[in-house]
Amino acid sequence: MALLMGAVAYDPKVVTIWGGFRSWFNEHGFPFDFVLYSNYERQAEDLANGRIDAAWNSPLAWIRSRRLAEANRRRLTPVVMRDTDRDLTSVIVVRAGSPYKDLADLKGETVAVGAIDSPQATLLPCSFLAAKGLQPGVDVAVRRFDVGVGLHGDHIGGERDAARALAAGTVAAACMIDSNHLLFGREGTLAAGSTRVLAQTPPFDHCNMTLGDTVSTEVMNGFRDLLLTMSYADPQVRPLFDLEGLTSWQAGRTSGYRALETAVDETSFYSEEGAVAAVGYQP
Amino acid sequence: MAGLDPALVVHLEAWCRSKGHRTQRADENDDGVRAWITRGRTDLDRWALAERAGRPGPDGIVARPRLHWGLAARGALIEPGGPEIAADLIDRDLVWAELAPSLYAHAASAQWDPAQAVRWDAEVRLAPDIERAVVQIMTFLVENEQAALVVPARLLARIHPHFREVIQLLAAQAADEARHVEIFTRRALLTGGEMGTSSVSGRESLATLLTEPDFSLASFLLSVLGEGSFLNLLTFIDRHAPDPVTREVARLARQDEARHVAFGVAHLQHQGKVDTSLLGRLRGAVEQRHQTLISSAGLNQDVFDALVVLAAGEWTPGGIRRGYAAVQELQIEMDEGRRHRLVRLGFPGDEAAELSALHTRNFM
Ligand SMILES: [Fe+2]
Ligand SMILES: [Fe+2]
Repeated sequence: MALLMGAVAYDPKVVTIWGGFRSWFNEHGFPFDFVLYSNYERQAEDLANGRIDAAWNSPLAWIRSRRLAEANRRRLTPVVMRDTDRDLTSVIVVRAGSPYKDLADLKGETVAVGAIDSPQATLLPCSFLAAKGLQPGVDVAVRRFDVGVGLHGDHIGGERDAARALAAGTVAAACMIDSNHLLFGREGTLAAGSTRVLAQTPPFDHCNMTLGDTVSTEVMNGFRDLLLTMSYADPQVRPLFDLEGLTSWQAGRTSGYRALETAVDETSFYSEEGAVAAVGYQP
Repeated sequence: MAGLDPALVVHLEAWCRSKGHRTQRADENDDGVRAWITRGRTDLDRWALAERAGRPGPDGIVARPRLHWGLAARGALIEPGGPEIAADLIDRDLVWAELAPSLYAHAASAQWDPAQAVRWDAEVRLAPDIERAVVQIMTFLVENEQAALVVPARLLARIHPHFREVIQLLAAQAADEARHVEIFTRRALLTGGEMGTSSVSGRESLATLLTEPDFSLASFLLSVLGEGSFLNLLTFIDRHAPDPVTREVARLARQDEARHVAFGVAHLQHQGKVDTSLLGRLRGAVEQRHQTLISSAGLNQDVFDALVVLAAGEWTPGGIRRGYAAVQELQIEMDEGRRHRLVRLGFPGDEAAELSALHTRNFM
């Protein structure tokens, strides 16, 4: 029976990407199929319950599905991740001419963040600020830009709106992933030289391919090994890699999710057992 | 990487990550260096399996170019993958003729400007019967030229761009026909402003050219037999032209047609060498077209009459007698020309005569 993977349709290109992977896997003798979800929460629940064998998980979905599964004595494994999922950082950005010299200067100010469920633009930066002595909602006001809620920040809209608010001067600082600070400069959302990186979080990891215990170790290893053979030199693979934004698959690891686990607990985003607990979160 | 922008390292790390390069932040004492980059493999891997699309010259043509080479220049380094071009004429032996590059060069150098090449202001004052005959012949020519334009234009879009010179030659040929359409139309409208007639039989004959999907057969029916016959027709019009404009337009078109016929013959000669079944298929095409047109009325009677009047030069019994004889002579010349070209393609004399006799009575 084909290995059934879930993926979240955060963009129409997802159909092209996983349709292409599906063909490639089947041509390489590995029966594979996928289903699409409108948001990560249902996918995390289905993976934890064994309704699907695998899921292309956001870091937040990994945390929730792992918690759900472990509460039911089931086991999930992050088998691979993209090379581009490793060691990302988020940045806290201010306008170049603003008086803020370090994070402490933001006390009493307003900070723009992305969607409520964005690891890189909301959860991780808020936790980072708290660790630096700026409790969100207490020491700094937080203005959230809820675009694509349920997509765990895969939709860029919230981050872009936060950046626009910074450019417009309605907030003192904005939080975004490092690559989007580069992108917003290139596309003109933030004029070149108009902003300054005030702080940068420690590195963290992003998505992973999670497998459930509905498949044997043999199948899991076969799937992982096949993924690891995919090469950017293969003309059939290359366009899929370009679309999905990776240059090679790497082994999965959990070491890059500690900061997000902490952020989830600090904000009671999910319970220990994986229940959705965040106030105002409606995926 | 050295640089002064405060965000350099942040952006560099994000960019390198997306491109598969590795970065390492520099130590304090690295003297201006902010980060060290280790080049990844993606830009190399993209070209790892790249291949050359043959070599640029005509001697670098491959037997069967790959469809994913698409519109790439011959000899270009091709990144593997990508969409396949919707070309179905992809076999060198089916498409190529050694003569194509030199014929194309000749065609390109022989392009003339219809506005300049004909003395449109020359005096044309003919007897109404003669003028009417000229207009009828021009009307017939335009119709045939339009078929001769559409056929190569359709074919060239089906040929793999690897066979560049063939496409260029067919494009030049289509452009030639476009000018022929123009000058014949212009001559027809020079004095009166009303065109002649177009018969069902003429359009039936041309329709069978347009529907022939096989490159060799289409080229055979159009260029070798049709345009070949037109060489004689244009010589005839030149010889009997009652005015300088009629003479010049016939001459100009004839120069181009000679090249079109030459390519058709060269292409089929080349193909005959590699495909022994070719002559049989050519024969079949002539027979089939003959069958299709068997109940068709043949040459438009108005065209035949116009040719007689043109050669007569006057509307008198003596003139008509001469004119009729001249048209008979024209048809014999056309037949001889076709037989000659069929023999050059490898048909024995008797078979060439038999096939030439089956050719459409519409000339094209
Ligand atoms: Fe012509
Ligand atoms: Fe022609």
